[in-house]
Amino acid sequence: MELDPVVLSRLQFAFVVSFHAIFPVFTIGLASYVAVLQGLYVTTGNRTWDLLGYFWTKIFAVVFGIGVVSGIVMAFQFGTNWSNFMHFGANFIGPMLSYEALTAFFLEAGFLGVLLFGRQKVSPPVHFFAALMVAAGTFISSFWILVTNSFMQTPAGVEVVNGMAQVTSWSEAIFNPSFPYRFSHFALAAFLTGGFVVCGVSAWFVLRNRDVEVHKRALSMSLWLLLFIAPLQAVVGDMHGLNTFEHQPMKVAAMEGNWETQAGAPMLLFALPDRDLQANRFEIGIPDGASLFLTHEADGVVPGLKEVPRDQQPPVWIVFFSFRVMVAMGLLMIFFAVAGLVLRRGGRIYTSRWFLRGLQGMALAPFLAVLSGWFVTETGRSPWLIYRVMDYAAAITPSLSGWMVLLTLIGYVLVYAVVFCAGVYYLFLVIRQGLEDPAAGKSDEHMGRPARPLSATDVSFDHGHN
Amino acid sequence: MENIDLSLIWALIVALGVIMYVLLDGFDLGLGILFPFAPDEDARDVMMNSIAPIWDGNETWLILGGVALIAAFPLVYTILLPALYIGVFLMLAGLIFRGVAFEFRFKSATQRARKLWGWSFFGGSLVASFAQGCVVGSYIQGYQTANDVYTGGAFDWLTPFAVLTGVGLAAGYALLGATWLVLKSEGAIQVWARSLVNKLLLGVLAVFVLIGIWTPLMNDVIADRWFSQIRVIWLLPLAALLCALGVYHFNRRRRDLLPFLLTVGLFVFTYLGMVVSRWPLVVPPAYSFRDAASAPGSQFVVLVGVLIILPVVLGYTAWSYWIFRGKVRVGEGYH
Ligand code: HDD
Ligand code: HEM
Ligand code: HEM
Repeated sequence: MELDPVVLSRLQFAFVVSFHAIFPVFTIGLASYVAVLQGLYVTTGNRTWDLLGYFWTKIFAVVFGIGVVSGIVMAFQFGTNWSNFMHFGANFIGPMLSYEALTAFFLEAGFLGVLLFGRQKVSPPVHFFAALMVAAGTFISSFWILVTNSFMQTPAGVEVVNGMAQVTSWSEAIFNPSFPYRFSHFALAAFLTGGFVVCGVSAWFVLRNRDVEVHKRALSMSLWLLLFIAPLQAVVGDMHGLNTFEHQPMKVAAMEGNWETQAGAPMLLFALPDRDLQANRFEIGIPDGASLFLTHEADGVVPGLKEVPRDQQPPVWIVFFSFRVMVAMGLLMIFFAVAGLVLRRGGRIYTSRWFLRGLQGMALAPFLAVLSGWFVTETGRSPWLIYRVMDYAAAITPSLSGWMVLLTLIGYVLVYAVVFCAGVYYLFLVIRQGLEDPAAGKSDEHMGRPARPLSATDVSFDHGHN
Repeated sequence: MENIDLSLIWALIVALGVIMYVLLDGFDLGLGILFPFAPDEDARDVMMNSIAPIWDGNETWLILGGVALIAAFPLVYTILLPALYIGVFLMLAGLIFRGVAFEFRFKSATQRARKLWGWSFFGGSLVASFAQGCVVGSYIQGYQTANDVYTGGAFDWLTPFAVLTGVGLAAGYALLGATWLVLKSEGAIQVWARSLVNKLLLGVLAVFVLIGIWTPLMNDVIADRWFSQIRVIWLLPLAALLCALGVYHFNRRRRDLLPFLLTVGLFVFTYLGMVVSRWPLVVPPAYSFRDAASAPGSQFVVLVGVLIILPVVLGYTAWSYWIFRGKVRVGEGYH
């Protein structure tokens, strides 16, 4: 069998970026939560908030550590596997990625150290300020990355001169048509991730009767947050989809499993799309649903996948099912958020076992939703790397051969497997250890060191005693 | 904007960034290479503690270097990374392993786990150092290109010459690590570190001499530059040699700081020697830094950010080295 470097590079990129992406989306949400906790501590003086803040900062530290390690690879992936793409896009993408790195650099150099190690050394307001800056920093970081990604989806503000994109308008290129929607949807996803993980972990403690009073507070406040943002996410997601419909109709056709351009297209709940058949082998749907949704008219015309030749259709199967996984997770989240409101009467959110158990499981839901959402976004634009400007085949590094990519792909999988297993195992140990009194911690000597996020915790890695 | 030579400014910034990275990450990679040879676990703890507060920040320079290249000299990025494909993978895998091992060794309570993470720390450091050294060798030799893309094979970078520079850089990093340890330790550990310095120095010098003979034989342009064009550049190897002598001398006189500083000098002068050998080429033999430049507007946009943030980062780096100055003792650490 011929090893195709394009297919393997796509696999490799998808693997490393998916691995990386699950960590930032969590740290971004968690950083904001920590800032809220430290802010509450400063304004109310109630030690409960400080206890919670310390606990979640330790978890933040571990996840951030893994995120940074996996991010280092990303900065080189573009050049190793997609050098023609980078050459073409460098004038815009280079500055965006540089600003991302500068943001991270600045953040790590300054405030992360104070947040993680300065609890005993600086006053609570200063510590709160550091937490706030770290939270802002993670958002600024994702701002640049999402600009880059959105530019690849809906390029704007550039012209092509001598085979390279030249920026004609920075503001148009940065605030390209899909960026505002992607950024809002992603920011909400980060909050949802933070919120559901906090709920899940708090539920775990409540079920085990450990430090119940403290964790109840975390549970309750997160549920309030989720009550607002879970439904909001569905609304923003819908707007995001409408925007995509305008700019990348074939992606939406794949999401809907719609092959024929037709008036009164149905909204499919389930189907088995078949690329060879160029039709669905089976489908259940709501008549006129898609037309109504996308054009706001029951007999509105919706373009189908057959508009473009077969080799320009995205892999329908992945897009179709990933989209349904994401939406299903979104609906489940809304369900739990609303159930939380109902169960508040009589304080049943703290006692109902099915609810607490369910919340434990729901800690995984946002990660599933985020990954499947990215699969929709990224595979839905194929075969274009930069939409309607550059396809995969043109973007790949010309000197690459299939076995080189395969070899390094296996290598990355092995390396990440070790990192991931060690990291997640350790994360569970930190969670299991539970609340700790920050004042009794050893954090004194830590102050002033730059980031070494993992050292913010002193749980030992394996059994035995330190 | 037209009046400023943005490409030249960027060439200087990148050149500065590279040597900053080599020096800063160099000594902590070097400690990793020396790690298994340490006399006992106490010494290993001291070694790790001596870099614990700073190594992570050191590696951030690598990321910044990578993305600054995309922004300022995209051609370097899009030719070198494909050319060094396998080497880059090895380097990244090494750096990741080493970073993770660093943290988890501290957190291991059992001896076996500590040993295992210790070996990962060594392996990661060695592979990363060797791969970086190979980059130097491949850079001196040049890359096969056509129409702005790399056209060579997967292992063009792994020539005998590059293996030599790989070994040389690993030895050089180990020397930096040993002199750093002399600076940061005392007692038996310091005695051990001192005993390493001269051996490593000898190894490094041997590699330098070999490279010095081999390079002009291999490359006419470089030979021409050194032997017939500009005579003053001979001051660079001379200064490097003086530094090496100084390291030897002050190490024997039991000075703490000077061996480290002079090793840094050795690196800096050797680096400058390499830069003048190749200047103004950034992707030898075909492209100069002007050919590789991105659009002026793009260079300018990033320059603004760099000029604001880099001083802060440099200041902070200096400050944290100051905070953590002094000896690291057995049983105490920043840990
Ligand atoms: C907690 C995470 C989460 C949840 C609950 C949802 N999404 Fe989502 N979705 C994402 C997390 C996400 C994401 C990972 O953040 C994506 C990938 C890229 C992006 O912009 O956001 C995404 C992409 C994405 C896209 C692709 C847009 C494009 O690529 O052009 C659409 C149309 C939607 N979402 C729509 C929805 C709808 C209608 C939801 C209803 C419940 C929904 N999402 C819930
Ligand atoms: C963060 C979550 C992300 C995930 C889970 C993700 C996932 C994926 C997947 C599955 C593909 C494969 C598409 C296909 O083969 O059809 C892909 C492609 C790609 N994505 Fe993303 N992506 C993410 C974010 C990003 C971002 C932020 C960027 C740019 C800054 C990006 C750049 C690319 C590129 C260059 C490709 C082309 C290579 C390829 O097809 O695999 N991705 N991504
Ligand atoms: C959805 C996509 C992405 C988001 C939201 C994101 C965001 C972040 C954030 C917040 C961090 C800080 C560490 C953490 O919280 O885990 C980080 C680390 C990093 N990311 Fe990503 N990232 C994404 C994809 C990428 C891509 C495509 C690249 C490749 C250029 C990249 C490069 C890096 C690097 C180099 C680091 C380490 C920087 C450091 O030392 O702090 N990321 N990312």
